[in-house]
Amino acid sequence: MWHRDSDRYRMFTRRALMLGAGQGILLTGLAARMYYLQVMESDRYRVLADENRISHRLLPPPRGLITDRFGAPVAVNRQNYHIMIVREQAQDVRRTLEILGQIIELGPDTIERVERDVARRRSFVPVTVRDNLTWEEVARVGVNAPDLPGLIIDAGRSRDYPEGPHLAHTLGYVAAVSEKELTGDPLLELPGFRIGKSGIEKVYDLALRGSAGTSQVEVNALGRVIRELDREEGDSGNTVVMTLDLELQRYANQRLSNKESASAVVLDIHNGEVLAMASHPTYDPNAFTNGISHKLWNSLVNNEYAPLSNKAVTGTYAPGSTFKMCVALAGLEAGVVTANQRFFCPGHLDLGNARFHCWKRGGHGWVDMHDSMKHSCDVYYYEISQKIGIDRIAAMANKLGLGELTGIDLPNERSGLIPTKDWKEIQLGKRWQGGETLISSIGQGYVLATPLQLATMVARIASGKAVKPHLTRDHVTAEGITSRASEEFPELQVNRAHLARIRDGMNGVTNELRGTAHRSRIDIKGMEMAGKTGTSQVRRITMRERQTTGVLDNADLPWKYRDHALFVAFAPVDNPRYACAVVVDHGGSGSGIAAPIARDILIKAQELKSARPGISAANIQSTAQLSRPSQTDREEEG
Amino acid sequence: MASRRYRIGEDPDYVPIGRRLLMLNWTLVLLISALSGIGFAMLYSAANGSVEPWAERQMMRFAVGALLMIGIAVTDVRVWLKLAYFSYFVALILLIGVEIKGDIGMGAQRWINLGFFQLQPSELMKISLVLALARYFHGLTVEEVGRIPLLIPPLLMVLAPAALVLRQPDLGTALLLIAGGGVIFWLAGVRMWKFALILGAVLAIIPIGWQFLRDYQKNRVLTFLNPENDPLGAGYHITQSKIALGSGGLFGKGYMLGSQSHLNFLPEKQTDFIFTMLGEEFGLVGGLALLLLYTMVIMYGYVIALRCRNQFGRLVAIGITSTFFLYVFINIAMVMGLIPVVGVPLPLVSYGGTVMMTILVSFGLLMSVSIHRDIRISRQGNDDGRQ
Repeated sequence: MWHRDSDRYRMFTRRALMLGAGQGILLTGLAARMYYLQVMESDRYRVLADENRISHRLLPPPRGLITDRFGAPVAVNRQNYHIMIVREQAQDVRRTLEILGQIIELGPDTIERVERDVARRRSFVPVTVRDNLTWEEVARVGVNAPDLPGLIIDAGRSRDYPEGPHLAHTLGYVAAVSEKELTGDPLLELPGFRIGKSGIEKVYDLALRGSAGTSQVEVNALGRVIRELDREEGDSGNTVVMTLDLELQRYANQRLSNKESASAVVLDIHNGEVLAMASHPTYDPNAFTNGISHKLWNSLVNNEYAPLSNKAVTGTYAPGSTFKMCVALAGLEAGVVTANQRFFCPGHLDLGNARFHCWKRGGHGWVDMHDSMKHSCDVYYYEISQKIGIDRIAAMANKLGLGELTGIDLPNERSGLIPTKDWKEIQLGKRWQGGETLISSIGQGYVLATPLQLATMVARIASGKAVKPHLTRDHVTAEGITSRASEEFPELQVNRAHLARIRDGMNGVTNELRGTAHRSRIDIKGMEMAGKTGTSQVRRITMRERQTTGVLDNADLPWKYRDHALFVAFAPVDNPRYACAVVVDHGGSGSGIAAPIARDILIKAQELKSARPGISAANIQSTAQLSRPSQTDREEEG
Repeated sequence: MASRRYRIGEDPDYVPIGRRLLMLNWTLVLLISALSGIGFAMLYSAANGSVEPWAERQMMRFAVGALLMIGIAVTDVRVWLKLAYFSYFVALILLIGVEIKGDIGMGAQRWINLGFFQLQPSELMKISLVLALARYFHGLTVEEVGRIPLLIPPLLMVLAPAALVLRQPDLGTALLLIAGGGVIFWLAGVRMWKFALILGAVLAIIPIGWQFLRDYQKNRVLTFLNPENDPLGAGYHITQSKIALGSGGLFGKGYMLGSQSHLNFLPEKQTDFIFTMLGEEFGLVGGLALLLLYTMVIMYGYVIALRCRNQFGRLVAIGITSTFFLYVFINIAMVMGLIPVVGVPLPLVSYGGTVMMTILVSFGLLMSVSIHRDIRISRQGNDDGRQ
């Protein structure tokens, strides 16, 4: 039997050695795999491990400040304290919130909402309990901190408009980023990030936004931050200095505030700086920063007087008699009429079987160009417009800035409308009628212009340069700030003598006895203004009305059928500096309603010397530093 | 003299207990302790520098298990031969028991709760199967091993528990049972072509067997074949494990400094993926050192098997050593992405009471074989056979 066992043993030994060799090879294979992973591929896996462990968090940059032309801040970043709760530190969330509710005011549904949010997130993620704590509330929570485990007070920044409604239409506002505004910029995806939705805030959004900083943090597999590895602060947005004079702006708003709906623009005629741009009624842009309530939004949108729109650039009005400067200038330039040429006004003009009325029923008698403006005689313009033709009138209107966008740095600007024969053919498919030229010559019919365009027109007449209006002192882009100071507007390509004739006519309107706006003249030496009234119809006055009741008085009509009251002016007469346009929607007569407002605004502008050079973000460094967070800000954020 | 019996005092092979303790393979004990010590250190690191909750309990289990191991080692190997079939049947009944009434754990029924201890019958079966097969082949001559009818009982002895374990379902343990059994068949002298035949049959039924796999098992195999398929699900484990190992580099990130392990990117770092953690913190050097320790243990097992003068002891030794090898190989190959994730722990290092016990008990048996290597045992299992 032993020999048998030795047979078994020999086989066992042989096979055990084979097995051992096999296992040895497999173990060597493991070693080889280890070498491959840990030496040959090590660099790749090291990168992957760091990608796992290191998370890059964006640090939102402080939004750039906006100031008026003298550096008064009109859009700033305010410290905003909010209180948050961390479930894993609070233990009993409900109890903590109940105690908190006795210390500071919480909304009625806050506890339920927070409990819901807390349950949905990981236990270490802070959930906001309340926003916008006052400093006193922060202090009260701080004192009671031992009874409030898991509560954190966090300081963020939120946009604040200290002037509130005064600059709403030019500044615009910021609000949360909407889905379709996402561009792939990760900043936009940060919760709580705000972008400009309107006004300067929108147009200069990229420049104001700044560039994000990053914080490298080590996170675990659940995303919990273990520690901060590195931090790189971002750059705050550029400071934008507006051309507006805050004082003048406030005054203009106040001056419009007793009207239902009105707008006013003041320009520096030399450089196109908008010194004031008011639109009434207005709204408080601060309401948008933290999300506007449905109720307030609806009341703004449904308001008959459209508080949300900036009527100075989006409102288009028949310019009425303020358009007459265009026609007169077109006539002079075309050489079809001279300033001294006189026409007879019997109170109407017949063309074919239509009768075109002058606003003055008895007529003006013999009028030359100066008188036609001074008295705003319609028949004079009916006469000369027939000689000039609509296309030459339109060309001059375009030259003076009507019928096309001024290029103002605001969103949603409207271009108004200056009709031509071609335009009518193309747009309406109908031939131009001779009567339409007559209607157009007194700024009615198809003619439409914005208050800003009217102010630009006056600025061009006063300066002889192709002035373009703008709202910022410098060109501001995300790349940097360049001064506009060296920019010169080209000459208007209009005979200077002709322009002088027009200015003379405008002078007559205000400063000569029986001028339509003589009552609203500026009586202060050296501040006198020259202007032009406009009263534009928004309804058709029928023959029947004229024959039966006579032309109805505005006061007898519903608001929206009343005439628009317009007035355009420049001042001082001798050495023009300021151009102004005032439009009171359905306000009645230009001379009675709009002219006094323009007068007061122009007096104020000259008293304030609004056009004196302000600051420029391009060459004043300290304003840029204003917008950087201070050291204490940074610590409070940590 | 077919069956002469000795009283214990008269047993020519009797060795006093003190001498047996001296004959204990202390080098092997040292190697086992070293491996377990590495395990404690890694469990301490896995708990971010705390003996709670793993290292302390693992140490206590090791202390108990080591005493058990020595107790088993100094017990006469013939006792284990006699208990071989009995323990196999106990294990089999317990396995059937968990089929009928088992606690649910990790989606697989694996435990019997004995109140103070959670018994995992499949672990007990790993040892019992080795003992029972060794006992069976011990009784066969070379010629008898060649006869197919005589190979059917041991085949059933392997397949019955494997099928039960697979039903639990525990693919890893089933594979360990089959592979461990196969090793004993091979060492007992079963012809090569018979293995080829079985292998061919298995390959033929794989498509059928595939249908009986649970979804998670199918996923594991599919994920292994193409890990990029499922980067957030099952493939996540393998990917994170490879990142951890690879980023460890040559010398590792330092003890308790493995970012993948400590920031929880690595799953199951205290159990199945503990080798990854070691590789991350100690690098290639640490990984190879551990592999070397395992290789030494395995070589020790081979030496014991080759020096043993009875077939039972030889088969037990090689069966235990090979099972141990399979644990090591499957676990390390798995965490390095060479084979599917099958849920096999790294012996002596991974946290887990039952596996620690199983391994120490089996090393007790291995050492018992070593201490009693010169005892000759007849094919019938009697302690004579000197004729």
